[in-house]
Amino acid sequence: MRQFDRRLAYHFDWSLLVLTLAILGWGLATIFSATEARAHTGFFNNPLVVRQALYAAAGFVGMIVVILIDYRRLERYAYVVYAAVVLLVLAVPVIGTVGGGARRWISLGPVSIQPSEMVKVAVVIAFARYFHRAQSTGDVRFVDAIPAFLLLALPGAFVLAQPDLGTVGVITIVAFSVLFCAGLRIRVFLVLGAIAAAAVPLLWGHLKTYQQQRVLTFLSPEMDPLGAGYHVIQSKIAIGSGQFWGKGFLHGTQNKLNFIPEQHTDFIFSVFAEEWGYVGAVVLIGLYAALVVRGLMVAYRAKDRFGALLAFGVVSIVFWQVVINVGMTSGILPVVGITLPFFSYGGSSLTTMMIAVGLMINVNMRRFLF
Amino acid sequence: MASTLVTSRREIPSEFRRRLGFALALVVALFALTFARLWHLQVSAGEEYRSLSEHNRIRLKRVRATRGTILDRNHNIVVDNRPSFDLVLVPEDAHDVPATIASLSRLLGPEVGDLSAIVAAARNRPPFEDVVLVRDLDWERIVKIETHQFELPGVSVQVGPRRTYPFGQMAAHLLGYVGEVNQQEREARRGYHLGDLIGKAGAERYWENYLRGVDGGQQVEVDSVGRKLRVLSEVDETPGNSLVLTIDRDLQQVAEQAMEGHDGSVVALDPRTGEILAMVSRPSFDPNVFARGIRLAEWKALVDDKKRPLNSKSVQGTYPPGSTYKVVMAAAALEEGVITPFTSIFCGGGLYFGNRTFRCWRASGHGSVNVHEALVRSCDVFFYQIGQRLGVDTIAEYSHRFGLGAPTGITLEHESGGIIPSSAWKRQRFGEPWYPGETLSIAIGQGYVTTTPLQMASVMATIANGGVVYRPKFVKRVEGTDGTTLLEEEPEAVRDVGFKKSTLLQIREAMSDTVNSKRGTGSNAKLPGIEVGGKTGTAQASRAGGDKTSQRGWAREKRDHAWFIAFAPVDNPEIAIAVLAEHSGQHGGTAAAPIARKVLAHFFGVPEEDPAALKRVAGFVPEHDQPGAAIRLSALREPLDPAVHDHTHD
Repeated sequence: MRQFDRRLAYHFDWSLLVLTLAILGWGLATIFSATEARAHTGFFNNPLVVRQALYAAAGFVGMIVVILIDYRRLERYAYVVYAAVVLLVLAVPVIGTVGGGARRWISLGPVSIQPSEMVKVAVVIAFARYFHRAQSTGDVRFVDAIPAFLLLALPGAFVLAQPDLGTVGVITIVAFSVLFCAGLRIRVFLVLGAIAAAAVPLLWGHLKTYQQQRVLTFLSPEMDPLGAGYHVIQSKIAIGSGQFWGKGFLHGTQNKLNFIPEQHTDFIFSVFAEEWGYVGAVVLIGLYAALVVRGLMVAYRAKDRFGALLAFGVVSIVFWQVVINVGMTSGILPVVGITLPFFSYGGSSLTTMMIAVGLMINVNMRRFLF
Repeated sequence: MASTLVTSRREIPSEFRRRLGFALALVVALFALTFARLWHLQVSAGEEYRSLSEHNRIRLKRVRATRGTILDRNHNIVVDNRPSFDLVLVPEDAHDVPATIASLSRLLGPEVGDLSAIVAAARNRPPFEDVVLVRDLDWERIVKIETHQFELPGVSVQVGPRRTYPFGQMAAHLLGYVGEVNQQEREARRGYHLGDLIGKAGAERYWENYLRGVDGGQQVEVDSVGRKLRVLSEVDETPGNSLVLTIDRDLQQVAEQAMEGHDGSVVALDPRTGEILAMVSRPSFDPNVFARGIRLAEWKALVDDKKRPLNSKSVQGTYPPGSTYKVVMAAAALEEGVITPFTSIFCGGGLYFGNRTFRCWRASGHGSVNVHEALVRSCDVFFYQIGQRLGVDTIAEYSHRFGLGAPTGITLEHESGGIIPSSAWKRQRFGEPWYPGETLSIAIGQGYVTTTPLQMASVMATIANGGVVYRPKFVKRVEGTDGTTLLEEEPEAVRDVGFKKSTLLQIREAMSDTVNSKRGTGSNAKLPGIEVGGKTGTAQASRAGGDKTSQRGWAREKRDHAWFIAFAPVDNPEIAIAVLAEHSGQHGGTAAAPIARKVLAHFFGVPEEDPAALKRVAGFVPEHDQPGAAIRLSALREPLDPAVHDHTHD
């Protein structure tokens, strides 16, 4: 048995943990506020609060386990982890259950897991492993990146088929973030961007009007003023009506009248911003910003490529989800089903995010071991 | 262990750290943008949003799509929409709901029913959604509501489309009806809201997805009592598509009128395509009652009615086909070769079989008859004999070829297949062997055999068109609101019966003589200038024997069914028809043939005259009674029995 290295405890990054728990706690309070108007149970009996706390406990255990395993061992088994998650995603169409018009969940007795959440981390791990060993890292040509694109496309296609467009969007944007960091030539980004910009209008012209309409409402439901578009307006009213100081905890009115859809999951930020105002929103987003900047530092200081890319990848998951979620609830981005990390109700999202923080802490505390 | 891990260690390229710098810059920029956005919403525009939230000023008003119209084959409207003025309430806007309801009830009178129950039933709807209190307000009440508007916060009159069936009961079973969507339907299909209408039966139900259209809506800003101030955003409703039927509205109406005083069914098909030209089921119901919202008592009355007005007798009713089944028997016998057209069988008024006598309807017998004569005069003994020669399983096989014993596949709910018995069927059903005596009953369309009027019309069409069984259809195409064709229904040939040409020709000739010769049982269907072929049938509904000449005193459900199947013109058939007068207690030639004559007369645009009157015209000889018309087998005809032709017996 290896002696426990004291340096590990010494370099444990408490700030990452404290930031995570602070956001999580505030999230629990907001879930309570978002559902109490209908539940009338009190904080400790509120079923969603209790479940979310249990998910957090499970996430915490997962986080500890992830911290204890040397991430360099994870490097060796990276593709095994990736393959296991891809298999879970493949299993969804076969054994999955349907909810909200899409087949996304696998039911495991009292809880159901959403494998598409795990795909985000699995793709980051696989990418980090690939560029860790690739000779080209630092100056990646398009051909060098082809295996990485395949690693993205395989689970991406299946998540898209569920359909879960939002998650595919996040996975793709995170994958490109890691590609950027790993050194994919800027020229390649420009060419890919140009091709996409050229191809879309061309394909578009071939579609019939009603097909275009269908694609539009699928890509950006807020263009449907009777569906999500209405929800966005109500979400904006909720956020805006919070004004500078907010209406106060448990005093949001939009939420109580059931105007906001998904008020404890995807749209929880509107409930929060209505009650806590601009001040609260700035403090909350500040906490996220601190977490992200801290994660970037971990990536910067990592001693090997795998650690650096892993830390960068997971921090980019957190970052993009925060930006997209706040952007969508405040009406500047399309409504896609993206959760606010540590804040939205949901077991798969929460535990995945906590494992991501565990990976950051892991990379950070082992930078002195070699 | 540690050493193996170190070997995989890789240096971090310098480019990596440079790019992290870019990433940090992007993070700062996007978070700054987020703060700016929130500043705009919460501080710059915060006041405005606060006021919007305080009065819940932004509402979603759904605009229900207008349902597609239903047209006949000549584009005449048979189902339409008209505006309906509905009284709606948004309970959140009524500061005192019970008080508002009370003053509404006072204004409108007691006829509108219990409004508070309607509000209570809509408890779980999304907030600020309309609750429809009264549909189709009359002008007097609309004026009352409008003049008292300011005492009725949250109440408004909204105009919306209302389904209307301008011809009432006409073709009700085929058109179907609409009703408010129920819980199950809302769970099974997407996009239906409380109070939406959905097709519940008939064409309205089967073609729901085409007829329905897409709802539109408006995002509106309202004042503090819920009145619309301005429209923020709007999606137009998309009206449903039109359904063009194969039905001819005028022919349908003639058929409906011809059935006046009878229960039962009329089905008229185009034998060349299987298109349904008219389909009547009596008694019927008025679909407008459902569009309005049927009251419980009305519903109970319809369901409890012994004559089952909600069921389509054309497709759901099964009846012994009686003597109309003899055309199937004749085809089977000629095809199997158990008889030739020249085979004569002696009818002495009955056939002794087993230990009982199976009687012919004509107690004095028909003498020696061939298949032509047997059909024309509907001789039972002839068919007893060929039934015996064929056996039940061969009869069943030929019946199945005509499509009997199985649903035709018309797109209407609960279609019956009828029963075509066989020895295997009887073993399975009763666990008993088939007794030869039962074959004799089958041979004249009695016993276990049952068919629907639609099936018999299809049999008629198959004989008329030379042997093709078509799937009966009543929809020609779906048209978009701009008149473009979205979907075209093509004729669908199910199978060819595969008979010799001569077999069907002989049956058609016999059917022509059934109507046109003096001895035929179907002379009541004779038309001037058009050669009609037909076959009568009188089906026993009960086992009671006795004198058949009058069943007037009998209980209705024990009286015989009168059948008539026909096609015309004989040489180039354009229409095939089956008429069933349920429990009429009369013979097919008496009760059913005149109904067919009325429909055919309209179809061909010829005067519908009483053949008895025709005969009185001096020197008039019906064309088809003239000798030498084609290969009429006239040499085989027996001398006329003058007693028979007025006796339109079966």
